Amino acid sequence: MNRRILLGLTTAIAILPLSAFAQDKLPVVASFSILGDMVAEVGGERVTVTTLVGPDGDAHVYEPTPADAQTVAAAQVVFVNGLGFEGWLDRLIEASEYKGTIAVATEGVTALKMAEEGHDHAEGEEHDHAEEAGHDHGGTDPHAWQSIGNARIYVSNIAQALIAADPEGEAIYSANATAYLAELSAVDAEIQAAIASLPEARRSVVTSHDAFGYFAAAYGMTFHAPEGQSTEAEPSAADVAALITQMKAEAIPAVFVENITDSRLLEQITSETGAKIGGTLFSDALSGPDGPAGTYIAMMRHNVATLTAALKE
Amino acid sequence: MIDLIVTPFLDFAFMRRALLGCIAISIGATPIGVFLMLRRMSLTGDAMAHAILPGAAVGFLVSGLSLGAMTIGGLIAGMAVALLSGFVTRMTALKEDASMAAFYLISLAGGVLIISVNGNSVDLLHVLFGTVLALNDDALILLCSITTITWFALAVLFRPLVLECADPQFLASVSQLSAITHFGFLALVVLNLVAGFQALGTLMSVGLMILPAAAARFWATGIAGMISVAILVAVASSITGLLLSYHASLPTGPAIILVAGALYAASVIVGPQGSLMARYLPRPHLQS
Repeated sequence: MNRRILLGLTTAIAILPLSAFAQDKLPVVASFSILGDMVAEVGGERVTVTTLVGPDGDAHVYEPTPADAQTVAAAQVVFVNGLGFEGWLDRLIEASEYKGTIAVATEGVTALKMAEEGHDHAEGEEHDHAEEAGHDHGGTDPHAWQSIGNARIYVSNIAQALIAADPEGEAIYSANATAYLAELSAVDAEIQAAIASLPEARRSVVTSHDAFGYFAAAYGMTFHAPEGQSTEAEPSAADVAALITQMKAEAIPAVFVENITDSRLLEQITSETGAKIGGTLFSDALSGPDGPAGTYIAMMRHNVATLTAALKE
Repeated sequence: MIDLIVTPFLDFAFMRRALLGCIAISIGATPIGVFLMLRRMSLTGDAMAHAILPGAAVGFLVSGLSLGAMTIGGLIAGMAVALLSGFVTRMTALKEDASMAAFYLISLAGGVLIISVNGNSVDLLHVLFGTVLALNDDALILLCSITTITWFALAVLFRPLVLECADPQFLASVSQLSAITHFGFLALVVLNLVAGFQALGTLMSVGLMILPAAAARFWATGIAGMISVAILVAVASSITGLLLSYHASLPTGPAIILVAGALYAASVIVGPQGSLMARYLPRPHLQS
């Protein structure tokens, strides 16, 4: 009897480190779904990625739960977008007493100011409230992942952070990152070609909030939006009126709804200008795995396909 | 000057829609606000606005941004709270304010729970705050219908309501209508708040219900007079707020409510009935 217990105990002790080893994936946390997908691509089998703001969630105004604090506390690396995108995250990290690495994915990205290139509004008046809307993020546009050039910087930063946290996996992380970067380059070329095929006059569209500044700058399109860069601000009548005037003046052909924002306002604007609703763009969050934008690459492809389909004559 | 006031409405359909929606709310909700004030139930409006939240949230989760589902959900939740708290008030020792507070807090917590558990789609607070700039045909028809229903219902309930304001014990002793009046009136409160949340959001719509009524108190003594002044104040706030939002680039909902608030503050100071000036700065008698 005693022997049995002893035997059981010894076996248990012998197995314990083994099973722990089998489970020994690097636990990491990403703040939102797009970043989570990139981390999963680079980390591959060696990491388990937990995403705080899930598919179709709005990371601008997320309300963290105690489970999130637990996840963060147990993580080895926390990946954040930075540029003021996740305002709620600092408090969460502090509250969870997380002491590990915080990897900022936008480290090294040239941040766009709100009223710069890609937002060349005709009237000077426009600039004023454009800047106001940007105040939420200290005047910089956080949606850097909308250009694949920036996504490549994200991937390098992610690979560096993973290697620093888990040096033994360096070969795997580097290989994954190289493969992923090559894939990104291919998609980048696809997007360039798709946009180039559009006539110059039809590269101007309206979306519900200002999330496509980097996309606009990288691929030569113009995006207008009634809401600012954060989805938190309520639009004023002046913003909506300016947008309608501009749409009429430039004969902007299509508006696009986003997966994370309220579409009622855009529907009202289309009914007033005669522009059509071109489809749904994914700006700040992926769709679920079965949706049209389950991964970052799928999302970029979907957005470009949606844009070109609506803008072709 | 005329240009500044008229052009925005002539040029933009969304401004005309916003104006129509606000006027509908002004005409429908302010008489309700006057009765709430006279019955010392002004805070009930706020409580009921919170009570509507879970119903609208469930409606949104079931069928997305559907006007019908959210309206019906809000109505059910609001009516449930009104009926339950009314029932507890009339049947037990608890007073109305406490039972109302209890039920609206339960309802509010339920709403927040539902939103948070399923909070990974479109930010629900955005939905619940509504936006007066995005009123479509369905929303306008709903707003105008609810205003019409409110006025017909008030026409029927007017006498017992006035009695209930003046002397509820007397009404209860001479008539069976006391309970019907009370619940009918609460139903109207809920109906108008549900209408208001389409345009201004639940919380802002309480502002357009209560502030004009409170301002009117300083200008008129009779109920008819107060309702008229309140509607005028509400319509003026709506127009001014919309124009402010247009010219000064301010968010629309808060702009409208703050104009109503400014009119209220002015009334507190200079209104002819019981205001600060009327009480403490009596006009000197004219000497001949």
